[in-house]
Order: sequence, then structure tokens, then C-alpha cells
Amino acid sequence: MDGTLVSDESIDVAGLEEIPRRGARTVVTQGETIALFRTGEDRVFALADRCPHRGGPLSHGIVHGERVTCPLHNWVIALATGIAEGEEAPCVPCFRVRVEDGRILLSLNGA
Amino acid sequence: MLSPLLAGDKRFEDIVINDFAWYERNNIRLVAGEHVDWIDRKERIIQGAAGTKVHYDLALLATGSNPLALPVPGRELGNVLTFRSIADVEEMLAITRPGCRAVVIGGGLLGLEAAHGLSLRGAAVSVIHLMPTLMERQLDASAAHLLEAALTARGITILTATETEAFLGDERVRAVRLKDGREIAADLVVMAVGIRPNAGLARAVGLSCGRGVIVDETMRTSDPAIFAIGECVERDGETFGLVAPIWEMAKIAAKAIAGMETEGFRSAAAMTRLKVSGIDLASAGRFLGDATTEDIVLRDAARGVYRRLVLREDRIVGFIAIGDARDAGWHFQLMRDGVDIDPIRDTVIFGPAVAESAESPPDPLARTASLPDEAEICGCNGVSKGRITAAIAEFGLKTIEDVRAKTKASASCGSCTSEVEALLRATLGAAYAPAPVKPMCKCTELSHDEVRRRIAFGALKSIPAVMQAFEWKTPDGCASCRPALNFYLLCAWPGEYVDDAQSRFVNERMHANIQKDGTFSVVPRMWGGITNARELRAIADVVEKYAIPEVKITGGQRIDMLGVRREDLPAVWRDLNAAGLVSGHAYGKALRTVKTCVGSEWCRFGTQNSTRMGIALEKMAWGSWHPHKVKMAVSGCPRNCAEASIKDFGVIATESGWELLVGGNGGIKLRGTDLLCKVATEAEVLEYCAAFLQLYREEARYLERTAPWIERVGIEYVRARVVEDEEGRAALAARFRHAQSFSQSDPWAEHSGRDHAAKFQPVKELA
Repeated sequence: MDGTLVSDESIDVAGLEEIPRRGARTVVTQGETIALFRTGEDRVFALADRCPHRGGPLSHGIVHGERVTCPLHNWVIALATGIAEGEEAPCVPCFRVRVEDGRILLSLNGA
Repeated sequence: MLSPLLAGDKRFEDIVINDFAWYERNNIRLVAGEHVDWIDRKERIIQGAAGTKVHYDLALLATGSNPLALPVPGRELGNVLTFRSIADVEEMLAITRPGCRAVVIGGGLLGLEAAHGLSLRGAAVSVIHLMPTLMERQLDASAAHLLEAALTARGITILTATETEAFLGDERVRAVRLKDGREIAADLVVMAVGIRPNAGLARAVGLSCGRGVIVDETMRTSDPAIFAIGECVERDGETFGLVAPIWEMAKIAAKAIAGMETEGFRSAAAMTRLKVSGIDLASAGRFLGDATTEDIVLRDAARGVYRRLVLREDRIVGFIAIGDARDAGWHFQLMRDGVDIDPIRDTVIFGPAVAESAESPPDPLARTASLPDEAEICGCNGVSKGRITAAIAEFGLKTIEDVRAKTKASASCGSCTSEVEALLRATLGAAYAPAPVKPMCKCTELSHDEVRRRIAFGALKSIPAVMQAFEWKTPDGCASCRPALNFYLLCAWPGEYVDDAQSRFVNERMHANIQKDGTFSVVPRMWGGITNARELRAIADVVEKYAIPEVKITGGQRIDMLGVRREDLPAVWRDLNAAGLVSGHAYGKALRTVKTCVGSEWCRFGTQNSTRMGIALEKMAWGSWHPHKVKMAVSGCPRNCAEASIKDFGVIATESGWELLVGGNGGIKLRGTDLLCKVATEAEVLEYCAAFLQLYREEARYLERTAPWIERVGIEYVRARVVEDEEGRAALAARFRHAQSFSQSDPWAEHSGRDHAAKFQPVKELA
């Protein structure tokens, strides 16, 4: 943060209520599909919808705590970091996301 | 004992103390069903309404109590009951249906147990309580609010500080009107507002009575030839409603009658426990305290735990525990024995294990070892430590299941299981070698079987309620336990449990099979493997319209469309639905396919119409959810072209009927079926199949196919339940059909509607 104006490129992508609790919906961008997750405690996370293992759609996984289990081979991914359980480096690209007035604002600049 | 009867935990036979044979064996003449009209005290003759006359030297009255009825208009209406006799319970059970509305008047011990029982039977229950807090005679406001929250979480509506004005209705009650003008719809009203000693006969024959029959310390009434015990008596101005002092009275009266010395009845403090499973609550003594008392309080709001010890001059004079009442037996003992607690004052509230050895962590072994024999271990069934250890020694009990069978200790809510295990360990030493329990997953220490047992017992009807009650270690479980709990709840509460889509594996949420590239496969149901031109044409049209890349015939005689994009699923289903095709459930832990051969209709070897049989089975069983997938097949002759002997439930026709085969598997581990039995008619095939499937649903662990399940429990067990026990079979089949009445709707039709279809699309597309 050197003082230059970084434009807030957040995009209003959905209402919080459009995502089921402990569930996910997707946002399709030019680059790839992004999964928006909503936890049981209404925290929202945005990750690339692609498991680092075999590319499974994480948005179809079961959300528990702040993690999601990939539907293809049960890899468990931490929603806050994108780190797969048992791995050290971040494996799934994360995106900045926040909730304001019940709207989900997504930034495509990466987390 | 009426509460467990109402809740379905016990049967009539379980709560009757002695049967008729017992009286005969013990040379006791029992005159049942006759009202006593009069006692001629001068001649010492008891006169019955039907003319029986019995001479006595000594008589004992145990006439109990009568329920109080509210003096409000409408109390004579039908379906307005009290909760005092087996007849009351039978009437309640006759009225109660799932979804019926029950109003319980009175939020005391009895009222809440009635409310819990009715709620377990499926009624929507409201409790109306006059006082501002529940159980005000046993609880302070803090404990009462925790109790209210716990009951509300079980779906019981609690209305406190509310007074009943009238019961409304023509013949039967239809609503309760409150003083504030509100009306609460009711199909059933249970009044549990208190009891009054039944002293009418005693009073009529001139015995000295106050509220009850007045007795001296040996339980003798004002007539030395007549004793009285139980809820009908009054002693030192006090009347009695709990069971413990009444047993004490019986012992003292027996000794006095036999001419033995007695220490005399003193109204000892009694401990109250609420028999509502999963709500651990105990209270005793002067729990409210006053200017001369001090309090020690422990609160853990998040866990719903509250303990309060009321002390006077370093002695416990009363206490309340809710949320975790495991140490109530010990606190009660300290109170009753008047123990000076000054030396352990810092830790006494944490219970004996901490209080008596502050260094070592509390473990059940130390906790139970420090308890006296009369301490209550199992609050649900009132079983003391002494009874458990005596039973272990006397009957050579080896396992927790043995103890449950023999003493009922820990057989209900299960929260005292670790204490009972500690007693086994302490009594048997190294000889106690429990089979290692395999926890369901990392979120709990409980096994699959234990979780299911407790769900049923505790009437828990949602995943959060289960996790809360069983102290799940994670906030909302994991990908392993959530689908299992969802199935267990679905199986335990058909028609009531609200399925949690987010706790289902993607295939069951999307009603299609996810493939390695994230697309889905779609398999319509083809009853018994039969199709026709119209269906085939619709499938062909769908394949072309949505550019589905591959079409394949499955091993279960169905057509599989592979590579359907998620976004297209609702439209594909709509088109298939239009041709009469419905979901084939090829994606679920569910009934998949019933494979058939052409049978006697076409085949020159066929002995029976196997196709018709297969279709009938599939029509009965489609839509049912199971611990794992279930495949069936029907072959029309022993050549077995439908490969019935590697299916979960296989049927092979013979000249004289049908052979039923179970537990086959053609998967990773090949297993041929076991012969269940032979039956003669198609109706029997359906009945046995329904019973077998229900037994599997109720008892197998989640993700356990029928083959490993049968290897675990043994085919003899399955035969005993499904073949030999005719009544049990009928009950299992009835439960299956009941569950099916809620599960047979086509998920494709439900999810292809406009409301649902949007969920298959991205929430946003960014250009």
C-alpha cells in the first residue's frame, strides 16, 4: 500500500441468501469458474472451483466448518487459505470477497 | 413409570411390578378391579363394592393420589385428560398421531415428562405454565431458562406466566383459551397441574386426616390396626410424590407390621430428576437459598451447564444441576450426610474426582469409585451403583450391553455409559476387555450404532440437535458424519425429518452421478428393465438436443446418458419427465435397479412371471434411502439369467414359489447370496423384501452394503428377524411402507421446476 489509489474492483456477484448455508454457488469468469462458499456461520469465501488433485468441482463438495471436501476423491481444502489438508503450499487460488448489506462483493485480483 | 410408557421407552409389562402369577406364588390373594366401599373398623372387615368381605388383623392403605383437574369450563370435553394412570396413557396414545396438536397444562416435573413423551410420539406439543418459570418447585430461574431452551430446541412450545381460561369444543376439545384471550388449537389436552392424596376412604371411616392420611413414624394411622403408605399419607404436615421416600415408607411399615425395630420414618431429602432424555437435570433440598445461605455457582452458558450449591455453615442444604448432572449423586450424598465441605470448598462444585484429588484429571473411574453404593448412576432408569456392581458379580456380566440388558443402567439416554464402564472396570479389573469402539469419524467418540441408539432414544430430529446433544467436536461435522447423520435421522423419523441437502453427497444433491470431468450422468428408471418406443424416442431426442456425448446400457438394465452438463440437468429432466420417465436413483445410497429375466411370459424354461415380480418389487421399493446402494434382481428359473445371487436382495423362481436370497455383491469383493427362505406367493416376496430392507435400513451402518452387514451380524440373525419372527416381520414391513409413503416422489420433477432450476446455473456470469 504505497498510497496510490488502488481501485476497488469488487463486483457485486450475488446476495448472501442465494448461497445455501454450508453450500456453494459458482461465478463464471473469462478465466475460470470461481466457487463462492457460505459456511454455517455465514462467512463467505471465494476459491477457484478446481481441486488441486484431479480438478474436481469444489463447489459440489460438502462444506464443514471452514473447509470443503472435494466430491471426487475427498480431498479436504481449507476455505480461508486454499491449502489442502496434508499439503503445505496453497493449492487452490483464493479470491478476496466480503459481504456488505447482504451482498457478496468479489474481487478478481486474488487474495 | 408412566413417562417411559408414554415415551415408548417401556411397555406395559415392563412397568407392572408383579404379574398375577407372582401373587399366587407368594400366597397372596389379589382382588383386582373391585372398589373398596367401607372399612368396618370395629369388626375389622373390609367391604368391597361387589360384595367381597375380608376380615383383617392389620390393614394397610396405599390408595395413592388423584390428579387435580383445573376448575375451568370445558374440562369435561372429550380428549381432555389427566396423566396419572395407565388408562390415561392408553387414551393419549389412542389420540396421538404424528402432527396432532397436544397442549399440556402444567410445567412441573410430570407435565414436562408428559410433553416429552407426546413429542416423541410425533405430536406438536405446547406447554402452558402458570408460573413465570418452569419447575419452580425444583429449579431457580437460571436453571429454568436453560431447561426452557433445551425443550424449545426439541420443538416443544413453552408458554410461561400463562393462565388457562377454558377448553373450547363441542364434544371433543379443539382449542385452549388463555386468560389473555389467545386460543391455542388442540386435539388433546393433558392436565398435569398437581396431585392430591387420595384419603377419601380413610376420612369416611373416621381416620385422622389432614391433606392426607396422618401417620406416625412407623406409618400407623390413628387406628393402630391400619397402616398407610405412599402418596395418600401425610407426615409432619408433608405429603409425598417422589418414589424414593415412598419405598422407605414401605420398608418401615413392613418392619413395624412384622414387629421388628425400625428407625422410624423421617422425611429425608429426596433428589428430583427429570426423565427427559438428553436433558440432564437434578435438584434437591433448599435450592433457592435465603439470607443465611451462600451459593457456589458454575456456569458454562455455551454448553448449557449450570450448577448451584446452596451452603449453610459449610454444609450443602440444596443444589441444582442442569446440563451436566453427573455429580448430582455425590452432591446429594454430601447434603444428606451433612458433610462439612470446608476442606474441599474450592473444588466441590466440580464433583468428587476433582474435589478429592485436585491434581489428577477427572476420570469416571475415580468419580464412580468415590461414590457410595446407594448413589444413583443411571438417572433415566434409577439404577444405583450398588445394583450395578451386584448385578455384575451375580450374573457374571462382562460388557456394557450385558449391564444394560440386566439392569437398564445406561440403556436409555446413554450419558452415564462411561460411569457404568468404570464400574465394570473396577469390578472386573483386567477381565474387562471391551471391544474397541470405532468412532463414526473424528468428530465424535461414539460409534455408528451408539449414535443411532441415542438418536432414537433422545428423539433428536435435526443434525444440529444431534451434534449438540452428543458433544460433537466440530462445529458442523465433516463430509463423513454429516451424510451418515442425515440418513440416520431420515430413517428414524420418516415424514418428520427435514432432509438436509447440504449434508448429502453431490450425487444425491444433484440427483445425477458426477463424473471425473465434473459433468453428470443421467439414468431414468425403467421398471424391471422394461421400456418402450415412446421412452426410447424421448431418450434419443434428449441425447441429440443436449449433445450428450455417450449413451450406454448399464449392468442393471438401464440406459445411461453420460456427460450431461450441470446447467442442462433441469431441462433434460423436464424432457424425460414429459415422456413419463422418472429418476432412476442411479446416483444414491438408495434402491437402484431391479433386474429381471423375461420369465414365463416368453422363456421356454421360465417357471414364474419374473418380470411382473421385479416390477412389483421396484414399484414398492423405489425412492427408498439406504445405508448404501441396494440392487435387486428376479430370475424366472434356477438358470438365474438375472444374476439374482449377487444382488442385495435376489429372487429366483421355482415351480412351487420363490427363493429369496440376500447379501450378494458383485463388487470389489465377490460374495454370493445367502438363502433367506422360500416363500409361495408374490405377496410374500414383497412382504419379506420390505422387512429385509427395513432391517437393513435400521441396523446397518452408513456405507455398509448388505454383504458386509450380513457377515457382521450373521444370516441367522437376519433369518430370526425376518423369517422366524412373524410379528416382527410384519412390523418391519409396515415401517418400510410407512417410510415409503413419504419418499416416493420423483426428485427430477421436483428439481426441474423454475424455483429449483436456477440453482443449477452459475449465480453470476462475468463477461
